[in-house]
Amino acid sequence: MTDAALTLSSPAPAGEEIRVLQSRIREMQATKLDTRAVPTHPSLASLLPGGSLRAGAAYSVQSSTALVMALMAGPSAEGLWCGVVGLPDFGVEAASRFGVDLARLALVPHPGEEWLTVTAAMADVVAVVVTRAPGRVSPSSMARLQARIRQRDATLIVLGDWPQSEATLRITESSWSGIGVGHGHLAGRQAMVSVTARAGSGRPRRARLWLPDGDELFRPVHEPPQLTDVRPRALHEVAG
Amino acid sequence: MNAVTRLSAPALTPVRTMVVWCPDWPVVATAALEEISVDERIAVIERGLVYACSESARADGVRRGLRLREAQARSPRLRDFPHDPVRVNRAFEPFISALEEMSPHVQIVRAGSCALRARGPARFYGTEHAAALAFLERFAELGVTDARVGVADGVFAADQAARLPGVDLIRIVPPGRSPEFLAGLPLNLLDEEELTLLLWRLGIRTLGDFARLPAEDVQARFGEAGARAHARAGGLDGTQVTPRIPPEIRESVNDFEPPLDRIDQITFGVRAASDRFISELAGAMFVCTALRVEITTERGEVRERSWLHPRWFTASDVVDRVRWQLQGGSTIESALSSPVIRVRITAETIDHSAKHETGLWGTGSDERIHHGLSRVQSMVGHEGVLTASIGDGRSPRERQVLIPWGDRGEETPAPKRASTGRSSARGGRGPAGEVPPWPGSLPPPLPTTVFEKPLPVLVLGADHDAVSVTERGELSAVPVYFAANPAGQGLRPLEAWAGPWPVYERWWDAEKRRRLDRFQVVDAEGTAWLLALEDRVWRAEARYD
Repeated sequence: MTDAALTLSSPAPAGEEIRVLQSRIREMQATKLDTRAVPTHPSLASLLPGGSLRAGAAYSVQSSTALVMALMAGPSAEGLWCGVVGLPDFGVEAASRFGVDLARLALVPHPGEEWLTVTAAMADVVAVVVTRAPGRVSPSSMARLQARIRQRDATLIVLGDWPQSEATLRITESSWSGIGVGHGHLAGRQAMVSVTARAGSGRPRRARLWLPDGDELFRPVHEPPQLTDVRPRALHEVAG
Repeated sequence: MNAVTRLSAPALTPVRTMVVWCPDWPVVATAALEEISVDERIAVIERGLVYACSESARADGVRRGLRLREAQARSPRLRDFPHDPVRVNRAFEPFISALEEMSPHVQIVRAGSCALRARGPARFYGTEHAAALAFLERFAELGVTDARVGVADGVFAADQAARLPGVDLIRIVPPGRSPEFLAGLPLNLLDEEELTLLLWRLGIRTLGDFARLPAEDVQARFGEAGARAHARAGGLDGTQVTPRIPPEIRESVNDFEPPLDRIDQITFGVRAASDRFISELAGAMFVCTALRVEITTERGEVRERSWLHPRWFTASDVVDRVRWQLQGGSTIESALSSPVIRVRITAETIDHSAKHETGLWGTGSDERIHHGLSRVQSMVGHEGVLTASIGDGRSPRERQVLIPWGDRGEETPAPKRASTGRSSARGGRGPAGEVPPWPGSLPPPLPTTVFEKPLPVLVLGADHDAVSVTERGELSAVPVYFAANPAGQGLRPLEAWAGPWPVYERWWDAEKRRRLDRFQVVDAEGTAWLLALEDRVWRAEARYD
């Protein structure tokens, strides 16, 4: 022990060694993460780094529950369990229409003080944990939760910021169809979803998705010019 | 558990059955409790009618079903006692225990009468007659000298054989001869009042006459109950002897001396007992799927609660339930309002463990989920972990039904039933299985965020006045601006809006009636909202985000 401490006491080689070790750790983590893909909804798969959700990774979604549900729909349809912690306003019926199986969904709307423990305990048993951090979370708690999900091969979806997230998903534009000024009703939404992968891994990927379309399905908008011509044009006029 | 299990298929071959019957048991039991002689004129009265009477009273002309006044007129020295089923049943308990010592699997038909499968005792004692004699001797030792035994195919026939008037104490109907034996007996033995009356009018007087009717016709005319009665009359009694479960393994009582006032102490004290409770059930090949925890405090308060389990209780589950019940909202270290002197755990529903064995494949993961979620429940409380299903109603919040994890079986459609039950009180609903239409509910797509408490918002017209709806459902102004808070911060223009959609709920109920107008709006950021205007107050019910 003392020998090791002595050899490390000279600053330059030690720093070098730590850097090498850290990069090796990162590499090892990366290979581990690459080994297990979680079934993902096809419309989102191409946007995510690695082409799908990963077990043991965290994803951050900015202020869109529909995107969270789209992320949950893939694993849930494949028979995996989902847990929703700390979201008392989670729209259960919409989730069931969008393909989340309610028979395999557990909700903890008010974890209270025990947020970290409950989320970690959920990660032990369910494959996908959806949560929103209450207020500020200390970096050490975040690291602990991150370690736990990695160890348990769970996928964490955080509504809000999450510094260690594999990717951050957000809706940059959204336009609703079927509703006008004083007539119609909400029928479908086209949204520009932009996915920023972990820092330093390239430009954000973007795609136009129906979120959802008139049949309550998530799918990419294949012919953007044609479709935008027909319905949302009216909306843009309204907006302008 | 001691009810006779009726199987839907009456065509089952009847099992050779022995019925041991103590005549006038309510009278015998009451006389023993009142410490008077059975030879006196005694009547046991239920709701003003004679329920049972002693031999001497019967000699005076007292009959079952007679009004008390009439019975007193016939037998002036009649002593009447109210019928107390609890005491009468309890008094029979020593006899069942005695029978159970001699032969396992005793089913109580009613107080004073119990059924056994004849095969076992007949082999053990040599013949059916010898077995019956042994039972009668044992009953005589316990003080009942006029018990009778009937042996026949099926519980019904054996019961009738035991009850047949006459001097024989043991009556054995040879195997296969039960239909002949029953044929000559009167119809009212079926104990189906309406059916008997109708058949009597149709000119059918005996069980034999009834049994001769074609089974399909009886089924078509009298339904399932009639078909079962027909099978019984024909000696094709489908009922099986269902052994009772000895009561001592159904409960576990923990007395604390001195009384304990800390939850952790109590749960520790209960741990060993619940281990024993569950292992005893397991030893008898049973699992417990519902239990009742009764906590008695020093002040004499009793706190009771039933707990259901999605699978079946393990020992640690039982301890958890006791802790949750003690805990309420407080933490494990906190002291209770009053020390606890007794914790009584009773199995409410038990089931054969064979039905609950885990399969070789496929059930493992659910087990794991259950353990994990139970652990979360132990942190945030029983009501903290929820499962969801979709119920009835118009507003998105109303439609989601949240049930604590484990409160109802996952496999059973119970949660569905609970929700429709509530809705039937709310208003009309279609026949079972159909989704009622709920006119006025939201068209798809549905909102992804449904606020637990509706959010007060602000909707303004072009001149920055609040928009309202008149009695006739007309808008006072066109909505132009929107803010997601009542103070008006972050006021932004509306891109699109639709409404008002009036909802007038429970107009027949003065207290619960609601009148509101729904709107869908899309704000300039592209977020859509579901708004409700009620009493001139705008609230956001849900958000499409």
